[in-house]
Parts: sequence; structure tokens; C-alpha cells
Amino acid sequence: MQLSSYQTQGFYDEVFDAQCKARPEARLLLEAIESLQDGELLRCQQAAETLLLQMGITFNVYGDSAGTERIFPFDLIPRIVRAEEWNWIERGLKQRIHALNEFIDDIYHDQRILKDKVIPEEVIRSAAFYRPQCRGINPPGRVWCHITGTDLVRHSDGQIYVLEDNLRVPSGVSYVLENRDLMKRTFPRVFAGLQVRPVDIYPSKLLETLQAIAPPRALDNPCVVLLTPGMYNSAYFEHSFLAQRMGIPLVEGRDLVVQDGGVSMRTTKGLRRVDVIYRRLDDDFLDPQTFRPDSLLGVPGLVDVYRAGRVSLANAPGNGVADDKVVYSYVPEMIRYYEGADPILSNVPTFLCWRDQDRQHVLQNLDKLVVKSANESGGYGMLVGPHSTAAQREEFATKIAATPRNYIAQPTLALSRVPTLVEDHLEGRHVDLRPYILYGREIFVLPGGLTRVALRPGSLVVNSSQGGGSKDTWVLAPAIEGGKNEQ
Amino acid sequence: MSNESSALLSRAADAVYWMARYIERAENVARFIDVNLHLQLDLPLEPAHQWQPLIDTSGDAELFRERRGAAEKEQVIDFLVCDAHNPNAICNCLRAARENARSVREIISSEMWEQVNSMYLKTESQRALAESDRLREFLRNIRLDAHMFQGITDATMSHNEAWQFLRLGRQLERADKTSRILDVKYFMLLPSAHVVGTPYDDIHWSAVLKSVSGFEMYRKKHGRITPRSIVDFLVLDREFPRAIRHCLRMADESLHAITGTPMGSCEYPSERSLAPLRAELDYIPVERIMSQGLHEYLDALQARMNTIDDNLRLDFFGSAPLTPLVMAGGVL
Repeated sequence: MQLSSYQTQGFYDEVFDAQCKARPEARLLLEAIESLQDGELLRCQQAAETLLLQMGITFNVYGDSAGTERIFPFDLIPRIVRAEEWNWIERGLKQRIHALNEFIDDIYHDQRILKDKVIPEEVIRSAAFYRPQCRGINPPGRVWCHITGTDLVRHSDGQIYVLEDNLRVPSGVSYVLENRDLMKRTFPRVFAGLQVRPVDIYPSKLLETLQAIAPPRALDNPCVVLLTPGMYNSAYFEHSFLAQRMGIPLVEGRDLVVQDGGVSMRTTKGLRRVDVIYRRLDDDFLDPQTFRPDSLLGVPGLVDVYRAGRVSLANAPGNGVADDKVVYSYVPEMIRYYEGADPILSNVPTFLCWRDQDRQHVLQNLDKLVVKSANESGGYGMLVGPHSTAAQREEFATKIAATPRNYIAQPTLALSRVPTLVEDHLEGRHVDLRPYILYGREIFVLPGGLTRVALRPGSLVVNSSQGGGSKDTWVLAPAIEGGKNEQ
Repeated sequence: MSNESSALLSRAADAVYWMARYIERAENVARFIDVNLHLQLDLPLEPAHQWQPLIDTSGDAELFRERRGAAEKEQVIDFLVCDAHNPNAICNCLRAARENARSVREIISSEMWEQVNSMYLKTESQRALAESDRLREFLRNIRLDAHMFQGITDATMSHNEAWQFLRLGRQLERADKTSRILDVKYFMLLPSAHVVGTPYDDIHWSAVLKSVSGFEMYRKKHGRITPRSIVDFLVLDREFPRAIRHCLRMADESLHAITGTPMGSCEYPSERSLAPLRAELDYIPVERIMSQGLHEYLDALQARMNTIDDNLRLDFFGSAPLTPLVMAGGVL
């Protein structure tokens, strides 16, 4: 396959440098691609997609009565991350997660950070995912964010920025593991040559994390379950995948019952006590007695048991307060406040529309900025200025004027690109990177992550609901210096 | 050893049980159609009503009359293979089996899930075959895929509680289907029962045996084809895997493995309904069945098997809304 026609078009490319020469860490991969016959890569790609369908690695499309299932499009060309860069990302993520956890614990207890006026109290009180019901709760080990999927992007300046923290119910890790599986089948030789760090360890680490947060009485042999909204949820594949890999029961709300101050599941032998629940259900649906009363998916009384410390929940309800994009803009201050250090990973500069000065700037520059709703995700409620129409900008100007607290704006980042198979050749497509971080007794960062790719030419939106796909992420092991390689 | 996390959810037990039943059901419907097609080639001058018994076997005669009227060949095949409104059509059975499998993917092995999934996807993409002269190939594929599923199940899944529920479902469904095909064929053959031994009769009874893959095994054991020996073989044989007695023996073993009750004693209502039936088949002479009337006997047998199913629901599956009904009827 010929690569000579590939153009970086002035974007930062993860595989080629500015002179269109292969970056050192990508050479082996490119050699392997070049040695393939014409059409071979396309054939591998199609084989991979058939395999995904057969293995039932699909997501459900909402609002489709025929129950359509689609595969999450997968591209064979991986993103490669150098060992030194990964070390730096890992340190940055650990620092950030630690600070965010301190912040959440503080917000639901003394609120020192508000009293010290580092963050305006009003910002928290108006945050959509702030849960006053969680005030005073002490989750085991004071950990609130057990599983996080931080979104990172690289701008044309070559720097990596944190775009979102995704503390609530992050998904996608199953694709990291499945993509790797597919890649091993497709490029075994490259794998062996490059020393790609394994990701298979994730389910064991996740189980360890969940067991570590069990209520004290159950620490010996805790019963851990995964709570799913059910098989029609778009992420159901991931729920069953993780339950299977951890060997724990996959339960629905109707399988659980609160009785005698504890939570139990209905089994063929009667009720069995449950100690830890990895819930893949938003706060709102967890417990109709505490949150949304119309929820049929949750377990009535669950939060009371949780508050009493008789069952542990991961993630802890209420941690979404830090997912608010206005709160996000204060994370660098949080890190300085709680960690006494400068942030290792940068935030994207953010304009807060409730500040008069910021708002004026945003309204005057709608065609250059990306405007986001403070509390939406999945690529919804968003305006990409340079790609927008006058009517769309008008619509957002009205919305911003009406509820300025709900909108933030950021410069339009030129996300880095990775060569991606388009028909029979490679073209650059924009990507982001979502690493997964676990926090039980200590913080663990999975060496890898989900590289999401915007498959539409020129598009900057990588979400699966908006035409996004995924790639494998190869984190390289540090160079071996006479010693044994890291496991 | 009882590890708390190895406990089986009631909902999951229900789902594996029905997954197995639906696959077994799809396989049996494929068998019934196939054997009739075969028969048609041997007896091309048979009257058209030859296809009615197939509808009676499936237990959906009323629904069929409502939707299709007279039992013409094409109508019957279409109704049994892919009619969206017939919950027991092959395509719907496979869909329901897959939906149930999907809800217990963490309990069954990946290989099992992939087999159910690809069986479903293949059948969906091959529907056109069913309307062509490659129908028999289509039916053969269903049968082979179902066998492969069983092989994969027994070879890749621990023979744990969930597996016992799976086997329980498979065996009860199989016993039910064997009783139905025997009942219907016998009923149809009644007019000719007094001319036993004619070539006509021989071909029909051979067809019954072939529909349960029992022709060769029957020959080895009984030789000459007589209605009495066939009833003996399909109802009371201890070793033939589709004989009702054999199926219920397996089902009973699974049920006791689930409950932990020693064989020969009963604690749960489901055990109380299964054990006497199994014991009866161990001792009843075939002459008693014949003198009582085969149809009457099989009718009562089916009713008793339905009671077992009801009791299983009460004993283990809880009163949660039943997935199989929703799956089979409600998805379209």
C-alpha cells in the first residue's frame, strides 16, 4: 500500500511529523502497512467489522423501533503514544483525579474551597449535578470517583489538554479491550516488535477497586454486582462484557430489593446480600425515593442503605457536580488549592458566559469559538463556530442571553489527526483520547485508552452518536535498559 | 462451596431456561417441516391435508386458521418459518433465544453467545432461502446450528446451576415436542390403523421416526415398524435422547442438582410434579398406554409437563414479568 500521497494538511499528525516524515515510534507500523498488498487493509477492515457483528459488539440506536444495532465503527490504524509522553499524562491524570476527589468530598462536607472564595458558592449551588441529598455522606476511603474516563485532546501547538473529566458514568472501556483483541489478530508482527503495553489487566483492576470499597463487615469476600438499566440501553454490551470479565452478576433494578437495612438480590435460592454495586445508571434513576420519583430502573431505598454504609456504590452519587463545565474551568485552581502544586495537564481556556466580560467576547466571536452547554455530553447542545450557519449562531446567541450560566465557550481546537482508512487509501481524521482511571485504595491509570475518531472529513466531533468511530491506542513500554520489562 | 457471587439471579435462571427452550423449539419446527417435505416426495399423490398436522403439532392451529385459512403447503411453511405474528415461528424462536442469551451474556460462555448470535443473523439473512427450493438446506442449517449450540454449551460452560436450568429447559421442550409429533401423526394415521403393515403405513411411521432422528436407532432396537413399538420407543425408551422418558430423566436429574434434594425425594412443588411423572414412565407398560388411548395419554402428559413449567416459575423464577412472552410476542 502506498503512503506517499498522504497529506498532513498543516494539522498536528500523530504518525507523521510536520515534514510528512514518519515519527520514530510509528516507523514499524508504517513499514507493516506499506508491505501490505493493495486492498489487503480494506479486507482486514471488513473482516474486523464482520467479526464485531458476530461477537455482538454493538450499541443500540435510540429512537429506532426496529431495535437496530450498530457496530461502533472501528479503524485499523492505531494511535501510538510514546512512553515518556504517557508517563507525563499518567502523572497529570493522577494529580487531577486526586484533586477532583478532594473537591467533591469537600463540597459535600465543609465546603472549605467555597469559604475560601476559590470557587464562587453560586457556581456550585447552580450546578445541575450537585446533589444536596449527598451532603455528609462518607463513602469508604472518602473516594467519590472510582471510575473516570477523562477526555484529552492535542491541539496544533502539540500540547495535550483536558477537555472533559467524565466523572459520572463513563463508558467505552470495553471497546479498548475489544479493539486490542482485533488488532492483535490483524497486526501480530508489529505488536511483537513495538512493545505495546497490555490493557487486558483492566477487568482485574476494576474488580480489585470495587472489592476495596466494600463495607468493612464484608471486606473478606464481598459480593460485587454490576447494575445495568437493562438490555435496551445503548451501552448494554459493555455492561455484560465487564460483568463477564469480572465474573460478577449483572443485575437490573428489579433484581434488587432493600430489606432489613441492606440490599439483596433475588436468586433461585432466595435473597442474597449485595455489598458493592458498580452502577451504570445515572444518579437520577438510582432510587425513586431519593432522586427522580418516576424512575422504574432503580431500587427504592437504595440511597438510605448507602448512606448508612451498608452498601457501597461506584461511582458515588453526587460526583457529577464536577462534570459541570463551569466547575471544570476551576479545576486548575482546585489543584493548586488541594495539592499545593501547579497542574501538570492544562485545561482548555474557557469563557464563562455568566461573566459579563466573557459573555460579550463570546457573543462577538461566535463564528470562531466552540460553545457548549454546561451540562450536556455526547456531542449534544454544542455549536462549532467555524462550521456553523448564521441561523445556528443566532439561536445560540439567544440561548446564551437567556441562561448565561448554562453556557461556556472555548477556542476551536485543531484536534490532532491520525491516518484513517478511507475506501482504499489513508486520510487524516481528527481524534481525541479517553484514558480510564480507577481509584480504590490508590489511583491506577490504564496504559491505553479509547481513541475516538471523527470519521466525517474535517469534522471535529468524535462522539459515536455524531458519526464517530474508534481506534486502538498503543502506549509503548519504556525502552528496556538491561532490566526486565514492566508487566 | 457456596460463594455468594456464584448465586444465580432468578431472572437469569429464567432467561437461560427459555433460551434453551427456544433453540430446541426452533430445531423441532425445522425437523417437522423437513420430514413433511421428505414425505411429500415419497407420496406425491397424498391429499393436500397432509400439511394440517404440522400446524396441529405446533399447537398454533387457531392462530393459523385466523391468519391463513386453509393449510396449503406454502402458507404452512411461511407461517412456521418466518411469520412475524407466530411466536413459535423459527425466526421468532431464534430471536427470542438470542434476546434471552443477550440478557445473560455474563453467565453463558462467549462461544455460546456467538453461536446463538450468528445463528440468528444467518437465519435472518437466509430467509429468502426458505422460499426457494433450497428450503431443505435452510432447515438443515437450523438443525446443525442447534446441535452446534448444544455441543458448545456442554463443552464450554461449567455444568453449574445455570447449566442445569439450561438442560432442564432443553429436555422439557424436547419431551413436549416428541409427544406432540407422536400425537398428531397417530391421530392422522388412525383411519389406517387397521391396515397395519401396508407400505403406506410404513412410510408414514418412518417419517415420524425420521423427524426425531430416530429411524436408525429404532431399527437397531425393534426392527419391524409397528405403531406399538414406535410408541414404546418414543415414549418409554430409556436410552434414545429424544424419547420422553429419557428427556424427563435428564430433566429430573437437573432439577435435583439445582435444588440439592437427594434423588428420590422431593421438597419443591416442581420436584413433586416431575418425579411422579418420571417414575410412571419408568414402570408403565406400553400396552397400558395403548389401551388407555395414546391421544388421551399424551394429552394428559402434556398437561402435566405444563404444570412442571408453572411450578418452576413459582419455585425459582419469581413473579417478575416473564421475558419469553414479551420477547416472543412483543418485539414486533
